[in-house]
Amino acid sequence: MNPWPFVTAAYVVTVALTAALLLWAFASMRRAEAAADTLKRK
Amino acid sequence: MHALANPTRFLRIARPATTWLLLVGLALSIVGMAAGLTRTPPDYLQGETVRILYIHVPSAWLGMAGWMGIAAASLSQLVWRHPLAAIGGRAAAPAGATFAAICLVTGSIWGRPTWGTWWEWDGRLTSMLVLFFLYLGYIALASAEKERGGEGRIAAIYGLVGAVNLPIIHYSVLWWRTLHQGESIGLTGSTIAGSILWPLPLTLVGFTCLFGAAVLMRMRAELAEAKVEARMRRLGT
Repeated sequence: MNPWPFVTAAYVVTVALTAALLLWAFASMRRAEAAADTLKRK
Repeated sequence: MHALANPTRFLRIARPATTWLLLVGLALSIVGMAAGLTRTPPDYLQGETVRILYIHVPSAWLGMAGWMGIAAASLSQLVWRHPLAAIGGRAAAPAGATFAAICLVTGSIWGRPTWGTWWEWDGRLTSMLVLFFLYLGYIALASAEKERGGEGRIAAIYGLVGAVNLPIIHYSVLWWRTLHQGESIGLTGSTIAGSILWPLPLTLVGFTCLFGAAVLMRMRAELAEAKVEARMRRLGT
């Protein structure tokens, strides 16, 4: 059995899920902090 | 910890810490994964599939560390009423759930060529799957409590009770007959050859920094949302 498709799949899943977590956390932080700043300026 | 009870003081530290954790985490994770894929020899028994170790072990550690964080935050909330504890617990849950999921998926992918099966209902795999479901339960419970305007005490009790699963995961390979190998990395040393092991500390520290960055970003988001809600209430909208 060729092991490389398994190794590749494991790394792709790890990178994809970690990137999704970080992007979601970053986007929600930016959105919330922008809303708080806008409200503070009003 | 009580020095960080003031959200303004916490944010003064969290803002630069988020950037640093992201940069250091990305650098170490990328270098560690690249080294694990290209700079280490194949294992004499597992062959090339041993390279999954460099992502599977950090995700297993972070899946469990996430719940340790939730349990510590829950204790802090229930005993000392730390104002940021509930926010910290809610922020750690999605990151912990993500790494528990990565641990389960990468372990399953490793199991197929090594054990000849994608899944086995043994102690280690099943207790890790239970941890993932505990995370989903915590996220649902904490979100519902937050929406109802509660203090998060029920989620905190759930967070403490769920910590019972952590020693079960850790000792499962000793307590039950299992396909999963026993402890190969401990505080006193490792049974893995140094030529294979060396990229692991890089990915361990790298992914831990990324985990920390994700938690801080979620805490900052929750604090900003709370600020907006308080302001809207004052404006009477």
